[in-house]
Amino acid sequence: MSHLITRVALALCCGVWLAASGPTLAEEATPEPKPLKLTTTADHTKFKQLQKTFNSGPEVTKACLECHTEAAGQIHRTKHWKWEYLNPETKQTLGKKTVVNNFCISIASNYASCTSCHVGYGWKDASFDFKSEENVDCLACHDTTGNYKKPPGFAGNPVVKDTEFPPGSGKIVKGIDLTKIAQKVGKTSRDTCGACHFNGGGGDGVKHGDMDTSLAAPTKEVDVHMDAEGLDFTCGTCHSASSHDVAGSRYSPTAQDKAGARVRGKADKGNPATCVACHGNGPHKKEARLNQHATKIACQTCHIPTYARGGVATKLTWDWSTAGKRDKDGKHITLKDAKGRITYESRKGDFTLAENVKPEYVWFNGRVDYTLVTDKIEKSEQRTQINKLGGSASDGKSMIWPMKVFRGSQPYDPVNKTLVTPHTAGNDDTGYWKNLDWDKAITVGMKDSGHPYSGKMEFLKTEMSWPITHMVAPKEKALGCVECHSKDGRLAGIQGIYIPVRDNNRLVDTAGWAIVFLTLLGVFGHGALRIVTSRKH
Amino acid sequence: MSERIYVFKLFERFWHWSQAGLIIFLMLTAFDIHGTYTIFGFEKAVAYHTIAAWTLIGLWVFAIFWHFTTGEWKQYIPTTEKVVAMAQYYLFGIFKNAPHPFRLTQLRKHNPLQRLAYLFILVCVGPLLWITGGLYLFYDKWAAWGLGNLPLEWVATGHTVGAFMMLAFLIAHVYLTTAGHTPTAHIKAMITGWEEVD
Repeated sequence: MSHLITRVALALCCGVWLAASGPTLAEEATPEPKPLKLTTTADHTKFKQLQKTFNSGPEVTKACLECHTEAAGQIHRTKHWKWEYLNPETKQTLGKKTVVNNFCISIASNYASCTSCHVGYGWKDASFDFKSEENVDCLACHDTTGNYKKPPGFAGNPVVKDTEFPPGSGKIVKGIDLTKIAQKVGKTSRDTCGACHFNGGGGDGVKHGDMDTSLAAPTKEVDVHMDAEGLDFTCGTCHSASSHDVAGSRYSPTAQDKAGARVRGKADKGNPATCVACHGNGPHKKEARLNQHATKIACQTCHIPTYARGGVATKLTWDWSTAGKRDKDGKHITLKDAKGRITYESRKGDFTLAENVKPEYVWFNGRVDYTLVTDKIEKSEQRTQINKLGGSASDGKSMIWPMKVFRGSQPYDPVNKTLVTPHTAGNDDTGYWKNLDWDKAITVGMKDSGHPYSGKMEFLKTEMSWPITHMVAPKEKALGCVECHSKDGRLAGIQGIYIPVRDNNRLVDTAGWAIVFLTLLGVFGHGALRIVTSRKH
Repeated sequence: MSERIYVFKLFERFWHWSQAGLIIFLMLTAFDIHGTYTIFGFEKAVAYHTIAAWTLIGLWVFAIFWHFTTGEWKQYIPTTEKVVAMAQYYLFGIFKNAPHPFRLTQLRKHNPLQRLAYLFILVCVGPLLWITGGLYLFYDKWAAWGLGNLPLEWVATGHTVGAFMMLAFLIAHVYLTTAGHTPTAHIKAMITGWEEVD
């Protein structure tokens, strides 16, 4: 009986609860969270400031600055804007504005072409206003559409209407829609950084060797960190920016990072872009001996077995001294190799290119001294080093680093004994790339850079070292021991350390084998004599 | 008239042959690492050499224990007695079918030259190889052990010197196994434990 009462009571309770909870459940179901998980809290298409037609880059920037009020000021303090860098160690003033290299040589008098990679608009000559906020180019780094382009020759300006360029050439540069681009701005990406950094030296993969368009969406083999289907790092994952200042600099690289892995809260002013910044100083868990190697050998040396691995060749030599030839009709010549790569151009000279290049190795402590256009150079058999790397086995600060060494010959003033800054790019009478006249080109270029030119020119053999640090391979592809522990291994030229096998003691080897041989001889002699004498008995 | 005596006990024979195998394998991998030839290649040769070295260390722990508990260590105490006679025998007597100057017993199973040679290996070549090899193995710990300034070159060269000495010993040792009562008497003894003596 009591059993029945319990059941009825239960049923009643359930009924009341269901009746009460029914509408509540329905109410909760209505406001579903958006399925889309955005990495930003702002949808720029919704901003009134961006819902208009933009006729120039600065117009976009003004719109950006209405909300991002401090952004331009932050950019103004960076190398990306100033193209100037004071090396605290060497006290040299460097940066693209000042240095000379052995690729396209110098930006002086070539601004309109070179500044297509400047994070600004309108740097067409030395009078550019570096205080201008509206001339900061936000889109170069924050475009997400891939449509933003700054063609060479426009002083860093995008082209918004179809334009014939060079004028009279019949070639049309397509205009781009800045409104669509501005409404889609977002974080920097491999594409935005790569637009300039993959194409340094005037083309895909030309300059660095460890950076080219294959890193836009690389396989794991090409770059274990940027692997588009794996870790998918962007440049900014390592080169983390603070107040728009991007970490990691080739002008003053961190050759040896003793700080260990970065931990939040730890006071640290180090470079966050080093390998050690994440991996620490004892990353080899199975083979502790490799951690000992890592006290003298940069991670990159073993973990980047070759550079230019993504199918894009990098330039290894550039001989300006052969430039200037014309065909029988007086026209410029272009020669290509079997793979369609340019190996000679009248306006530039001879090149060699290669893929999967083994680096050269040097002791490097992070100090880099540049040969600037103001430095006197005595011409000699030895190549002039455009950037001289500091380092030795014994200074306690050096590691063995992989380098791309770029060799070439470039114009030189034998009277003033300096490098020169020729005017190359430009649709004018003095630009070398148009008229193939060194005298005019150097006269104009040196006037622009503000240095004397004697009127005489020769070619000087130079070399420039580029630390190899990108294109880190999966660990299975790291260098095997025998690459260095052998007689003519990769570190054959490295002085000041003992490398087993490479440095086997020759005297010990000779004496050792002599003793072994004599023992064998004695044994066989003794044995033979025993056999002979035993027969007699 | 020959008689048989039981000279090498079971453990001793096991110790000898496993040690022989390990040392030969260590030699093989050693000169691979050294760059003399390529069988396994540097990387694998180092790994195998390391495994063989640790195995040999393990074997030695047992062997040392065995030598001290059985008193067999006394077999290695050097003696000058009959050293000259032994040398003369190897240099001349052996060719004239002269009698062996040493009569082996269970208490004196090594002839005086053997004792000296084994002692030399035990106190000179062995320690040289073990110390330099051990340092090589723990290269990453040198700084922590206060050996940061020890030149790797010394360790490496010392280890190579030891290896050549061991190789020369191995050759002579193998040959002299044929210098017993009959050419195979010593080898048989090391397999069965029983040696035929005059």
